[in-house]
Amino acid sequence: MKGRVWKFGDDIDTDIIVPGRYLIYTDEETLSQHCMEGLDPDFNNKCSKGDFIVAGKNFGCGSSREHAPIALKGVGVSAVIAESFARIFYRNATNVGVPLLEAPGISELIEDGDSIEVDMENATITSQNGEEIKFKKLPPFMLEILNQGGLIEYLKNK
Amino acid sequence: MPTMSEKILARASGNDKVEAGDIIIANIDVAMTHDLTGPLSVQSFEKIGAEKVWDSSKIVIPFDHQVPADSIDSANNHILMREFVKKQNIKHFYDVNAGVCHQILPELGHVVPGEVIVGADSHTCTHGALGAFATGIGSTDMAMVFAEGNLWFKVPETNRFNITGELKDNVYAKDVILHIIGKMGADGSTYKACEFAGETVANMDVSDRMVLCNMAIEMGGKTGLVEPDKKTIEYVEKRSNKPYKIFKSDLDSPSLNIIDIDVNDLEPQIACPHNVDNVKPISEVDVEIDQVFLGSCTNGRLNDLRDAAKILKGNKIANGTRMLIIPASKEIYSKALDEGLLKIFVEAGALVSAPCCGPCLGGHTGIIGPGEVSLSTSNRNFKGRQGSPEGEVYLSSAAVAAASAIEGKIVAPE
Repeated sequence: MKGRVWKFGDDIDTDIIVPGRYLIYTDEETLSQHCMEGLDPDFNNKCSKGDFIVAGKNFGCGSSREHAPIALKGVGVSAVIAESFARIFYRNATNVGVPLLEAPGISELIEDGDSIEVDMENATITSQNGEEIKFKKLPPFMLEILNQGGLIEYLKNK
Repeated sequence: MPTMSEKILARASGNDKVEAGDIIIANIDVAMTHDLTGPLSVQSFEKIGAEKVWDSSKIVIPFDHQVPADSIDSANNHILMREFVKKQNIKHFYDVNAGVCHQILPELGHVVPGEVIVGADSHTCTHGALGAFATGIGSTDMAMVFAEGNLWFKVPETNRFNITGELKDNVYAKDVILHIIGKMGADGSTYKACEFAGETVANMDVSDRMVLCNMAIEMGGKTGLVEPDKKTIEYVEKRSNKPYKIFKSDLDSPSLNIIDIDVNDLEPQIACPHNVDNVKPISEVDVEIDQVFLGSCTNGRLNDLRDAAKILKGNKIANGTRMLIIPASKEIYSKALDEGLLKIFVEAGALVSAPCCGPCLGGHTGIIGPGEVSLSTSNRNFKGRQGSPEGEVYLSSAAVAAASAIEGKIVAPE
């Protein structure tokens, strides 16, 4: 996977990813229009399919709203790479098929606008300077859930 | 020598023993979803292709986030959920008139010690105040629970907060938990069970213990827990006829980390924008406020209303400040009415609304605009949480909220 990086800070909460007033909607298209709206109202238009989010610690903290990873999926984010993730968000993102890659030190090495390459099998990120950064390798069943586009599709195809 | 969480998860997974780090499949005793996360749960359940829920008596569905419906879209969500309730013959459904999910589940006897409770809402950790293992999950996980009645968990390690000391006048459970979150940080207990113990907790009633457990998620906690005691049993036996089992932590457990918290000199605490761990003692906060919200699953209980009424009685809310008071449930609303609290609020100039989540999540009522400052007794102050991302949210106890409403700025009660 290759793409542009959109960089955010620490403790990006689910109210930032999808504000509460849009939780009445459940479809990917509508939710994606409001993705990251609190920090960047134009994020939906700027982010292209295949781009990455790179962030600091505790990405996805806050509510259990699955609307948040659905919105990220909708804008085409191919993976979120962060120092660490909040617990409920981690499960939800995997369940809807958005890869979350834990890469301590990533926020110091990658800048907004960088172009990076991610190798899921070998758990490496290659920066635009050619530097290699390791992330915590995902177990095979989790890779399979992500490849199938989420838990429900995975179970259906099993 | 297991912890309380390990003992409960061992019971629920049919194992003699489980240890922190184990991945287990636990049977679920109660599954809750509400009007806002419910539609996604139902859609996922339908996508799975399951026809019947595993046990229609173990699912609880309250409407609380957008009640009464404030738009055609939320009315449609309500219709979808009512149809699901009817089709699946869900036994415990509470329509728009019951109250906030995390108040009515314990209040109406759905929570007893030793159970495993999941809710499609992150503040499900509240229910650990009664000695249950309760945690928030997303909609796909909830759909799996609806279909199968079980869910995989990683058994958590435990941070046990040993809280000692006597709270000063006008210092409450909310100040204690804000203080702890400020100390630990927003990810200071990620994936851990947070046990609240010690003499200060023993002296608290069940309502106050719910305040502590409610906010465990704000430091990343998987659940909040208080070991059941006489007060717990009294509360539970009055409200539920379900069988229960009491589990307590063995203090020599290798997965238990004890953190001592002394609250003797604690003053009222304020969480400042835009993170719950940005906590300051009230003496360091000097901010004018536009709106005060007293309510939510954190501090919309009878104790909170009584504390606020004591301060508001005979006083007026400051010009230029508005105050919204929302009792957390029908029972609380009704008792507050009997005790004359609602009259005190109305005479002070507050707006009293019917039980619901209110402005807490910025999706329904009492939304703040750009540049406005809200002081709220709820649990989150994230950017944009109560409306405009250019607004600001501060968090406090009910007493501070009441005193501040009179002054039009954040002040400690005298």
